[in-house]
Amino acid sequence: MTTMIKARYLALTATAIWALAAPASAEDLTITSWGGAYQKSQDEAYFKPYTAKTGTKIIQEEYNGEIAKIRAMVQSGTTNWDVVDVDAQTAQQACDEGIIEPIDYSKFGGKATFTKGSAFECAVPTIIYSTIFAYDADKIKDGPKTIADLYDTKKWPGKRALQKSPFGNLEFALVADGVPVDKVYEVLKTPAGVDRAFKKLDTIKKDTVWWEAGAQPPQLLASGEVVMATAWNGRITAANTADKKNFKIVWDSQVLDWDFWVLPKGGKKTEAAYKFIQFASTPGPQAEQTKYIAYGPAVVAAAEFVNPKVLADLPTAPANLTNAVVNDPVFWGDNGEELRKRFNTWLAQ
Amino acid sequence: MATLDVPAPALALAPEARASLKADLARAQRASKLGSLFLVAPLLLFILVSFCVPIGIMLYRAVDNPEVAAALPRTTAALQSWSGQGVPDEPVFAALAEDIRVAQKERTTGLVGKRINYEIPGARSKFLKIGREIDRTETGPWKPVFLASDPQWGDPKFWSVLKRTGQKLTVFYLLSAIDLRLDENGSLSRQVPDQAIFIDVLMRTMWISLMVTVATLVIGYPVAYLLATLPAKTANVLMLLVLLPFTTSILVRTTAWVVLLQTNGVINDIAMALGLISERVQLIFNRFGTVLAMTHIQLPFTVLPIYSVMKGISPAYVRAARSLGAGPFYAYTRVYMPQTLPGVGAGCLLTFILSLGYYITPALVGGPADQMISYFVALYTNRELNWGQASALGAVLLAVTLVFYAIFNRLVGIDKVKLG
Repeated sequence: MTTMIKARYLALTATAIWALAAPASAEDLTITSWGGAYQKSQDEAYFKPYTAKTGTKIIQEEYNGEIAKIRAMVQSGTTNWDVVDVDAQTAQQACDEGIIEPIDYSKFGGKATFTKGSAFECAVPTIIYSTIFAYDADKIKDGPKTIADLYDTKKWPGKRALQKSPFGNLEFALVADGVPVDKVYEVLKTPAGVDRAFKKLDTIKKDTVWWEAGAQPPQLLASGEVVMATAWNGRITAANTADKKNFKIVWDSQVLDWDFWVLPKGGKKTEAAYKFIQFASTPGPQAEQTKYIAYGPAVVAAAEFVNPKVLADLPTAPANLTNAVVNDPVFWGDNGEELRKRFNTWLAQ
Repeated sequence: MATLDVPAPALALAPEARASLKADLARAQRASKLGSLFLVAPLLLFILVSFCVPIGIMLYRAVDNPEVAAALPRTTAALQSWSGQGVPDEPVFAALAEDIRVAQKERTTGLVGKRINYEIPGARSKFLKIGREIDRTETGPWKPVFLASDPQWGDPKFWSVLKRTGQKLTVFYLLSAIDLRLDENGSLSRQVPDQAIFIDVLMRTMWISLMVTVATLVIGYPVAYLLATLPAKTANVLMLLVLLPFTTSILVRTTAWVVLLQTNGVINDIAMALGLISERVQLIFNRFGTVLAMTHIQLPFTVLPIYSVMKGISPAYVRAARSLGAGPFYAYTRVYMPQTLPGVGAGCLLTFILSLGYYITPALVGGPADQMISYFVALYTNRELNWGQASALGAVLLAVTLVFYAIFNRLVGIDKVKLG
């Protein structure tokens, strides 16, 4: 009995010492991402192989995109996230705020390593995801084909699930209203263009269920609560493979966007963080990630290593790219807050 | 501590003796005062650090305006002498170029752009653009460089906004929190309709809180009466039921309502099976669901003060009224109920004020039109990173709470309120 207690006591002490020592170890790297299937794919493609290769232990944290956490950390001088995965708008915001470090692209062989327009000043692109709309092919045989069908409540009666955010919705609304994909932001930059988008959204407002978490659209489609749902493409493909669903993605007018690695200012392991991002920006791991989630690699050279079967599900597959909107972070950086406020005002009307 | 007034006429003492007595008394009381101060010190310190200081910081942040003044000191100084008419001259542009050159190094151009962007949407990227151009340009004259970069720099309205945002304090966030703004000429005007949301949100917050308060009162008053009048044994069981919800977290209770109320949920299933409804009813993600779930959570807060006041009412009063010839209804409404008012006041005030700050419940069971002011505080804190706006909304909520407290105090009198 006493020996057992002693042994436990020793084990506890050892754990305590280890726990105390762990954060100080130069071998560790704390990486924060969005959790769920996405972080799991990063774990398989980047974190585990990197630890195996270099011995650097990776401590994973999860967050919900609250940029405020990064700011609070930086302002209080307690930056303990070494690398964070953020979306384009957050990257832009954080860069403006000066709470993330500017990127030295010479460490990655220049900006041309990454797909066009994705190499941000303070953020290294990692994946290309897309906002699309999808339907359940088991419930609708002859499904919708274009973005205009999302708005066609006569031919496709029933509720739609849309993201509770102007991003994506305004772009979809304008394309559905006849604006060519490459003119979307040009039109949105004018007050009349914004009015036009909201007017189009008005036509399906009463038929809309609003979602906030990425896991909701597949659930809403599966339960039959909605006939169509906008979603992040990876979530729909994941529902098809994991839950044996027969959801179909409509790629027409997909809105492409990126996710990035950023380095919060004041981090003490900049060197090690760069080494990890360098590893994560090589074609091998980039292509590996597509096995676990259907997001396109941001590194150009990774495309040829992607399994052709997987390729068809990626937003970057040539067949899916025929009519795509590419997110304009400058537009959203300038107008995001105002448009989100207007969107909330509109929602409550 | 108003006990220092020694009634002078009662003590026929010489003035000096009286003074020394007073001093003795004061000394004796000082010791006991110090003692009690020592006893409450931990609480006092706790309240000061965790309550007063954060509220103070929040109120300060609502008017704090450091971005432009800190990053563009030369420009702010140069603009002091600008008449406000037309476009400023080269010295102002030179000062701005110098400021931006430094800001580029310190990476604060974006912060300035963001601050101006609140008032002139689109200004952000123009600051970033001119920042890059100034990095590339060696020397002035600067005015042509700016004018060639973007027409914004030749717009007198922009300059008056820049001058205004250069002040250390601002009313911008507070005005914006009540849907007002200063236009380019600096005069007060209403927010444009498609941006005017906060008054709506504020009214909605108060309206939902009022509905929840009334609902808890209507449901809770009879329960409190039952609790206070039943024999102790039964009352204890009933009390347990009232207190039971306290043992689970708000999040769990709210999620339970989601399970019950959703379109494919338990209540709809049962009603469909019984043939009560022919089509599934929307019970959640609307006002109904919000008020229902909040009422459930707030119920004990209304019931308990009413109960403890009722507990203290002697049954002799109603008996006396009855024996003097009052009917049961008359005796109840004219003799019993008025005595419960202090408890009703306390319960309702508690529930109303707590409801004003609800966040998680409306977020989970409410629709877009049921989000209360806390939702927007969280949105501006986490998503927009506009802590000035978040603080201003918090300040408005605080003001509303204090106003209600004052009205309540006027009508009912806070000294009459009894929690038990």
